Amino acid sequence: MNDDVIKIRWHGRGGQGAITAAKIVANAAFECGYNGVVMTPTFGTERRGAPVLTSLKISKNKIYDLSPIAEPDMIVVLDYLLLEEPGVTSGLKQGGMIIVNSPKTPADHAMNGIKIATADVTSIAVEAGLKQGIVNSGIIGAFAKAGGLMELDILLKKIEEEFRDKRPAQNAEAARLTFSRTDMGGVK
Amino acid sequence: MHIIESGNVAAATGVKLARAEVIAAYPITPQTPLTEKLSELVDSGKMKAEYIPVESEHSALAVCIAASSAGSRAFTATSANGLLYMNEQIHWAAGARLPIVMCVVNRGIGAPWTVWNDHQDSISQRDTGWIQLYACDHQQIIDTVIQAFYIAETVSVPVMVCYDGYLLSHTYMPFDIPEQDAVDRFLPKFAPAYFLHPDNPANLNTVTLPDIRPDVRGNMAPGYMEIRHNLHADMRRAISVVEEIDRKYQQAIGRGGSPLMEKYRCDDADFIAVCLGSLSYQLRDVVDTLRNEGVKTGVAGIRLYRPFPDKAVIAGLSHAKGLIVFEKALSYGNQGALYADIKSALYPVTDRPFVHNYILGLGGREIKTPDLLHAFRTSCTDFSNISDEPRWIGLKL
Repeated sequence: MNDDVIKIRWHGRGGQGAITAAKIVANAAFECGYNGVVMTPTFGTERRGAPVLTSLKISKNKIYDLSPIAEPDMIVVLDYLLLEEPGVTSGLKQGGMIIVNSPKTPADHAMNGIKIATADVTSIAVEAGLKQGIVNSGIIGAFAKAGGLMELDILLKKIEEEFRDKRPAQNAEAARLTFSRTDMGGVK
Repeated sequence: MHIIESGNVAAATGVKLARAEVIAAYPITPQTPLTEKLSELVDSGKMKAEYIPVESEHSALAVCIAASSAGSRAFTATSANGLLYMNEQIHWAAGARLPIVMCVVNRGIGAPWTVWNDHQDSISQRDTGWIQLYACDHQQIIDTVIQAFYIAETVSVPVMVCYDGYLLSHTYMPFDIPEQDAVDRFLPKFAPAYFLHPDNPANLNTVTLPDIRPDVRGNMAPGYMEIRHNLHADMRRAISVVEEIDRKYQQAIGRGGSPLMEKYRCDDADFIAVCLGSLSYQLRDVVDTLRNEGVKTGVAGIRLYRPFPDKAVIAGLSHAKGLIVFEKALSYGNQGALYADIKSALYPVTDRPFVHNYILGLGGREIKTPDLLHAFRTSCTDFSNISDEPRWIGLKL
C-alpha cells in the first residue's frame, strides 16, 4: 500500500497552462528522487477560459492508482477568481494548503483550518519580462516557497527546459521573483 | 533514458524505435496526439518513414494493408468508432496474414457519443483474427509496441496494442526509452517470405473455392477452410511466440517477465481479481488494503487477450477459491467477455474457483478505489450467490 503519496490538484483556465505547470513540477519531482510521478489532466470539453484541472501525485514509490485526486494535500490555483467556482477547494484535507495567484493577502482568502499562500503572479510575471497573463511559470515559485517539497533551483532548471523556445530566462525569473514575494498565512 | 511524457508519446516513441516504414492514420480522440507526434517525427526527419494522411480509418488500414503486402513495416492507430469504421479491413488484414501493428487507444463506442475510456471497442474486435495485447502503464506501452512488430512478423498475424484512453494516453508518468542500438539488435528487419513487387505482379486473396484445388503451378493449394484453420493454428502458436519474444526482449533491453498475464500477490491468494489494462494496477492498492485486513487477495492483469492464454490462467489462478473479473466491456444480453473466457478456461479444472463478474467504468464513469475495495471485499465474504448475472459498480439508476 502506497501511503506516502502527496496529492496536488492544479486549477486554472483553459489556455493558462496549468497542465504545463504541473508537468514541470512532475519532472522536477522525478529528478528529486520521487520515483512515482503521475500527472492526470481531467479531460472533456476544454475551452479557452473555462476552468480546467489536473491531478499530480508524487511519491517515493511507483504509483499504481491513476484515479483522480479526491482529497488533495495541496491545491494550486492560477486565478484567484476560480476559488469562487464550485468544487475547486472540495476535498482539501484539514491542515491542507491553497497556493493561489492573487493580488490579495492570505487573510483575504482565509478558510477554516486551511493554510493559504498568495502571490501576485500576474504582475510579477510582467515585471519579469513576460507578456500579460503568463502565470504558469511564476506560480511554480509560490509552489516552491509554500510547498517546500523540492529545491527552487531544480524547479527553475525544469522551467528553463520546458520553455527553452519561449523566453526561458524570463519564465525562470518570474518563478524566482514569485518565490521571494509569496505571502503565507492561515493555520500553522 | 527516463522521460516524463504521455502514453501517446510512449507509443509514438516505440513506433519510431521499431523503425516503422509506413504510417497511415486518421485522427480521433484520444488517439490524436499519437498520430500528431508521429507526423512531427516524420516531418522533421527524425523518423525515416512515409506518413500517409488519409480521409478515413478504413483507408488508413487499407494503406497499411497495401504497404505490408509490398513488404513494408506498417503502423496505424485509432479508437472507438474509428476502429469500427475499419472493421472490414481489420478482418482483411488478418485473413491476408499481414503483420501490421495498430494501437487501439481504448474509448467507449457511440451512440451516444462518448470520448472517454472503456474497452468495448477492442473487445468487439476480439474475433477478427488479430493478436490483442493490453498495456497497464507507459513502460508497457513502449515495450509492447516494439515487441508487437516482432510478434506480428514471426507469426504473420497483425497485432493490436491496446491501452486506456486518457487514463494512459493523456496521463504523464516516467518511463524508460530503450537505446536505438539495443532495439535494432532485438528486432530483426522485416523480411517477408513473399511480397508484391512491380517485377513480379500477382493477384492476392482472390475468390477462394470451398474445396482445395491445384494452383497455377499444379501444386495443391489450400481452400478457404484450410486457410482459416492455419490462421487459428498460428494464433495458438503465437502464445509461445509472445513468451519467447519477451525473453529476447529481457535479454536485449532488460525488462519483461509477464507477457501473458501480470500477477500481483497471486501465489497464495484465496481471491484474485482479473482484468485488462490499467485497472489491474489500480487494484493493486485494493489488494494491499484487503491483505492488511487479513484477506488473502491478489490481482492478475491479462496482457495477452487474443489468443487467450488459457493454460496460464489454469496454472496461475485456478488454486484460488474465487476469481473476480472486473470489466469495462459487456457482451450485451450475456455477460462480460473476459468473464466468459475465464470461466471457459477453467472448465477442465475439477475443483475450480467460483467466478464473479463486475461491470464498471463504461464511457469513462470514474472508477473510485473505495468502490473497488467494497466490491472486492463483498466477493471475498459473500460468495453464496453464484450468479452469471454481472454486477455493476458505480451505477446510478
